[in-house]
Amino acid sequence: MDKQRADNYELHRREVAKTLLADRNDDFLVITGLGSPNWDATAAGDHPLTFPLWGAMGGAATMGLGLATAQPDKRVMVMTGDGEMLMAMGSFATIATQATENLAIVVFDNERYGETGMQATHTAGPVDMAAVAKACGFPVTATVKTEAELMEALPLIKEAKGPVFIDIKVKAEPLPFILPTKDGVHLKNRFRERLLGPDSLL
Amino acid sequence: MTENYAWAPDIYDVLKDLDVRQVAYVPDAGHARLLKMCEADNAMRCIPLTTEEEGISLCSGAWLGGERAVMLLQSSGVGNCINMLSLANTCRFPLLMLVTMRAQWREFNPWQKPMGEGTRPALEAMGVKVTQAEHPDEVGETVRSAGEMAYGWPDMAAVLLHQKLMPVKTFGK
Repeated sequence: MDKQRADNYELHRREVAKTLLADRNDDFLVITGLGSPNWDATAAGDHPLTFPLWGAMGGAATMGLGLATAQPDKRVMVMTGDGEMLMAMGSFATIATQATENLAIVVFDNERYGETGMQATHTAGPVDMAAVAKACGFPVTATVKTEAELMEALPLIKEAKGPVFIDIKVKAEPLPFILPTKDGVHLKNRFRERLLGPDSLL
Repeated sequence: MTENYAWAPDIYDVLKDLDVRQVAYVPDAGHARLLKMCEADNAMRCIPLTTEEEGISLCSGAWLGGERAVMLLQSSGVGNCINMLSLANTCRFPLLMLVTMRAQWREFNPWQKPMGEGTRPALEAMGVKVTQAEHPDEVGETVRSAGEMAYGWPDMAAVLLHQKLMPVKTFGK
C-alpha cells in the first residue's frame, strides 16, 4: 500500500467535477455518492437533475442503475468516491449483467476516506477498480490520471454505449465544504418535477 | 395448495395493476413461480442483485426516473438492507418488499433462526410498515394494500409471506 502516492496526482477533483458537469442539459441526469463527490458537484453548480446523496454509502451505483433503466433515453452519470464504490463492488456485476447502455459510473479516486480523516482505501493498495469493472463485463473502462486522458474520457462518459466505468485518479487534498440542501424529500421532488413534470408530484 | 405456489399469480396480477416495471431480486424458492411470470412479461425488467442492499437504492433510482419497482427477497436478506433503508426513509422513496419467511414453521435449518426471528423487528426499527400473509387466499390483497401505500403515500412497506405458504424444505432428509 502506498499511502502517499495520491498526494502527487495531477488532477484536482473540483476541476474535474466542473469539466464533467459543464454545458449540461436536461438529458443528463446525475447522482453523486456521499461526501466529497457531493461537495464537488455542488461546488460546480447545484442543479435540479443532480441527486446528491448524504448517506446510503454503497448505494450510488445501483441508484443510477434504477434511474437509467427507467429513463433509457437520458444519459445517467453516477459520480462517486473510491470508498463508496468499494462498498458496492457487487454492483459492478449487477450493472454489467443488465448491460445498461446509458449509464456511466465515474469514481473520483483519491485513495482515501476523505470524510473520516483521510485513511487509505484499498485503491492505495493493489485494487484496480477499472480492472474490476472490466472483469465484471463493463464494455468501456479506463483509468484517468492526466488532463489529456480526462479529455479522452469525457466523450466516453457522455456518449459511449455503456455501461461505462471511469476511474479518475485525483489528488488527495483538503477542500472546503460546499453543501447542497440536505432535505432528501426536497432533492427527490425537485428532480422528479424537472424530469417528469409537475404532475409527478401529485 | 402450497406445493404449487397458487398465490404467486395473485401477486403477479397485483404488480400488473400497480404498474410495477422493475423487479429486483435475490432468488428464493418461494419466489420462483412469481419470478418466472415476471420474466415472461416484456413490460417488466427483472434485475438480479448480488446482495439485497442493492435493491433499496435501485428501487429509489427507479422512482426518481418515474418507474415503480418491487423487491423480492428471503427473510435472511432483510438483514443485508438495514442501513440502506435510510435512503428510502429519509427521502420518502416508495419501497415494496415481498419477503419469503424462514424459521417460522417446520424450519429444518437452525441457521435461519436469528434473521428469521429478527426480520420483523429489524424492518420496523428502520421505519418499514410490516404486514404478513399467512393464508394463500389473502396473499394478493395483502400485497395490494402494501403496494398502494408504498407508491401512494409514498412510504416503505414489507409483506412477509409466511413459511406455511411454502413447501417444507428438508434437504433430502
